[in-house]
This record gives sequence, C-alpha cells and structure tokens, in this order.
Amino acid sequence: MTESSVSGKIIVLSDAKGHLIENIDTDQIFHNAHLHITEVDKMGTYAFGNLENWKDFPQKSSPGDILVVGRNFGAGSSRQQAVDCFECLQIGAILSPSFGAIYFRNAVNSGFPVLRSLELTQLVDEKKLETGDDIRMHFISGKAHISNKSLSFNILPMSDVQYEIYRAEGLYNYGKTWNQD
Amino acid sequence: MGKTLIEQIIQSHTHDEVAPGKIVWMDLDIRSARDFGGPNVVKNFEREYGDDSVKDKTKTFFTFDLCVPACTLKYADNQQMCRDFARKHGIKVFDVDQGIGSHVLIEEGLALAGTTVVGTDSHLNILGAVNCFGQGMGDVDITFAFKTGKTWFEVPETLRVKVDGTISSAASAKDLTLYILKRLGTQMAALKAVEFYGEAVKNLSLAGRITLCSMVTEMAGIIGFVTDVDENAAYADSVVLDVTGLTPQIAAPSSPENVFDVSEFKGTDIHSGFIGSCTNGRTEDFAAAARVLEGRKIKEGVMLKVVPATRSVYQDLLSQGILEILFSSGAIVSNPGCGGCAEGHIGLTGEGEVQISTGNRNFAGKQGKGQTYLASPEVVAASCVVGRIIGPEDL
Repeated sequence: MTESSVSGKIIVLSDAKGHLIENIDTDQIFHNAHLHITEVDKMGTYAFGNLENWKDFPQKSSPGDILVVGRNFGAGSSRQQAVDCFECLQIGAILSPSFGAIYFRNAVNSGFPVLRSLELTQLVDEKKLETGDDIRMHFISGKAHISNKSLSFNILPMSDVQYEIYRAEGLYNYGKTWNQD
Repeated sequence: MGKTLIEQIIQSHTHDEVAPGKIVWMDLDIRSARDFGGPNVVKNFEREYGDDSVKDKTKTFFTFDLCVPACTLKYADNQQMCRDFARKHGIKVFDVDQGIGSHVLIEEGLALAGTTVVGTDSHLNILGAVNCFGQGMGDVDITFAFKTGKTWFEVPETLRVKVDGTISSAASAKDLTLYILKRLGTQMAALKAVEFYGEAVKNLSLAGRITLCSMVTEMAGIIGFVTDVDENAAYADSVVLDVTGLTPQIAAPSSPENVFDVSEFKGTDIHSGFIGSCTNGRTEDFAAAARVLEGRKIKEGVMLKVVPATRSVYQDLLSQGILEILFSSGAIVSNPGCGGCAEGHIGLTGEGEVQISTGNRNFAGKQGKGQTYLASPEVVAASCVVGRIIGPEDL
C-alpha cells in the first residue's frame, strides 16, 4: 500500500533575493513548443525549460526531491505535461501556498502529491526552509517536519478524493473501483 | 437560502449536496479534446480502456484548433491519431477548418446555459459567457470523462463583482476586461467563480462577454458569468468597481495583470500585431479593427496577423466587407484557429521583436522570444498603422 506521507530533500524555487517565485505558469514549466510530445518518459528534459535561471533543473534535481514553489504555481494552460515532466524526473511532491486550479487537478488525477501550506512564503522568507533540508509531510494529519532543523509546520490535509486517488495511484485505477451504472 | 449560479449548475448535475468547498461527482453534458491534449487522451484511453466504447459518442467531440492545418509532422500525426480514434468510436470531429473549439461549441449550440462542458483548453471557461459551466482540464481528466461522463469537482466559492459606470467611447470590452484584471489581480478571484453585474457589463454583447469571461483564467478564477446576482445566495466576497470614463488599457510584458492606460506606453515601437484569439476573435472585434484601418495602411515593416475565431466568423468577414478592408490595409488574414497565442499555424515572435496582441497571455516566452503587449483590436490596429503604441483616438 502507498504511504500516507512523503519525504525527501527540498529544492526551493526562489529568485535572486531568496523569495519564492510566484505565478510560475505552465509555459515556464513545460513550453508550448513541446506540446506534441505524448510520451511521459521524454518529458523530464523540458521541465522548467522556459524559466529563467532554472533551465538546468532536470540536471540539478534528483529522484525523490521535493519542490517548494511560490503561489499560483501552474497557472495557465491545461497541459498535463506540466505535471508529467516532474513525474518523469521522479520528483516526490510539490509544496506551494497555492496552485492553479487545473494544474492542481491534473496532479491529483495523476496520483502525484501536490500539497499546500499557508505558512510557506514566510518560512522561506525567513530562511527557515532552504534547499537541501530534509522534509517529511503527512497527508492526513497535515503536519510537516524538517528533520535537520527540528522544525514543524502545517500543511493543508489532502481531501478524501485527493487521498483516495493518490492511494489508487491515479484517477483511472480509482475509477475502476466504482460500480459503473 | 439561495444559490450562486455555479452552485445551481453543479447542483443540477449531481446527487451530492452542493456547498462551497465540498467535492462532488458531477455529470458532464459535453466532453471534448483538441489536437493538443487529444492525442494524449487517445493514448490514455486505449492504454486504460482498450477497445471499450466512450460513455456517449453523441456527447463527445474533438475540436482541432491549435495547429491547423498541421504545420509540423508531429501535429499531423497527432491529428490523424485523433481522427482514427473518432472514426472507430463514431465521435464527431470539428476538424482543422472549423476554428477555436470553445467558440465552435457555442455556435453549434452544444454549450448551452446551465450545462456542463469540459475539454483540453484552459480557456474553456469562456463558456461562462453563455452561462454554461465550461472547464479546461488535463488529458487524464478528459480521458476519464470520455469513459465515464463524470468528473469530480470542488464547488468553488463565488465572488461577486459589481462594475458601475460607463467606459469612454474609445474603450471596448477588452479595456474593461484588462482593467478588471488589473484590479482583481491573480489573488482576489483565485479558485473562485465570479459573477459580474452592474451597468458597465449588463449590456455587453456576446463577443464582449466572451472577452471578459475568457480572461477569468488570467485572474486565476474558475469561471466568470455575467448575470444577475441572487441576494439570498452566500458570496465569499464582494467587489465594487467604477469604470466611468475608462480609456484604452494595455497589459505590458510579461503578465496579463500588468495593466496601464495606453497613454503611458504611447510611442513605444512595435514590430508586429495580432488580432484574434478566443478572447478577441469575433466578428465585431474585426469590425472594430476595420473601422480603424479603413482607408489606412499598416506601416511598412510592421506585420499585422489576423486570425478569425471560427469559420462562421470568417464568413462574416467576407460577407460584410471586413476582410477586404483588413487585406487592403496590408494585414495577413489566416484561416480560423488558435494561431497567434502559442506555437501554432501563424508563427511566433523572434528575439527583440515587440508584438501588440489582442490575446490573453503575455507570459515570457509564450509566443516566442519577443515581448508581447495585450490590448484591444482598436489599439492593435492603430498601433500597426504608426508602428508605435497608440490609442485609436490619437491616430
């Protein structure tokens, strides 16, 4: 059975001043020039390919890393590739103050953990949360712990639907558990 | 207790109790996929469901509008993959000649007031212009919708926005929209449904409502409607704006809410213009541009690209003499579709190029390496005549 928590090393998507980059849109995550690509295993190389100073992200990230990003992450297009590219790189989860509505759904439906914390912006601004920190986030209790700093903070617990789809490892499997009328 | 419009529509499509924040399973009246997203839907469907049929082929459609006709081998392959799937399942394809899917769904009477429509287009919430709950979704969602006719949805809170006053005669629905976007930003409407009401919006034409509702996406909202508010319903928040005397507006690079009076950028050199998109691709948008361009020529060295939203709009341009005026002014008029907003069939901007566009997004790199300003058809047309940003009243 899948875990009810996720852990990994944090990568903070910050600007030169150390603040979270807000409103990162799907064209910065996965540019429309690559929309014709339909194979998930070919998408990782384009992750953040149009985000200034982060174009080398596919080389910098490691499987299991957890992305910490600014509010309204994934605004813009409905492209599933903007989620799939992180799955391809085996990113463990994305944590943000908020997501674009379609982006959030797309991630939920893929069974990919997208988590929200209203405390995030302040934690990053105060450098309490930094790249390289080890985090564990619990989906149901809504607790997050930074083990190398003995720091705890709150995330929004997953909704029932999000957690059930996550446990089923995606919307398709989840739907197959239904009695279809 | 009354219900907001989004709550009413969702309630009529679910047995679950509807309240803001609650996740319900909702029946979908129409599910669609484009030539972007569509090929992924086909692959997902065949991988997950094999030769199973779609839930209801009469409620399932493909709408090709992104790269039409295909200008790359990959898009040609992808479109053909969708056509093959459609033939096998008896699904109708609105093919590469038809134009922007969301507009086609309105013209064909498939997106109706009170119905639910999903598709692989983040601006499908444009259907709020006809009080239809349209929603853009990714290919996993749409694959699931093809198969089950259902989707899960978190009932959004509703923000009501009263827009008082009368805009100046030089301003249009796009200027009104940009101004509202400036005021609401990407936070106030985030993840909410929006009900616009008041003097400045109640008499907007369908084209004007399309312009306004399309850019609720850029406000980070779920959907926008132009409607009478229900005083007994529970709204999350209320905003009152006054647009009396509003003059033409412009969104400077590189975010749509980065909005100013056009006069603040007057004289900025531009190299190209684009009139079209799901936001400003209706007949009256081109008629407005034609009124500016009639008897005038686009400045030498400036390129103006014009893309009607649909084949039906294209026909209007022909029959109403608008095409003749645009052509004579030097504009490039292409077949209908989504070209101009993303990599599609009418090209991108090059490094150093400054474009003025009637589209809805000017994020860095979206239309190429150049910079994009967003404005009304009248402002784009006027700017292309002089090669600099200018309002139509100053021409």
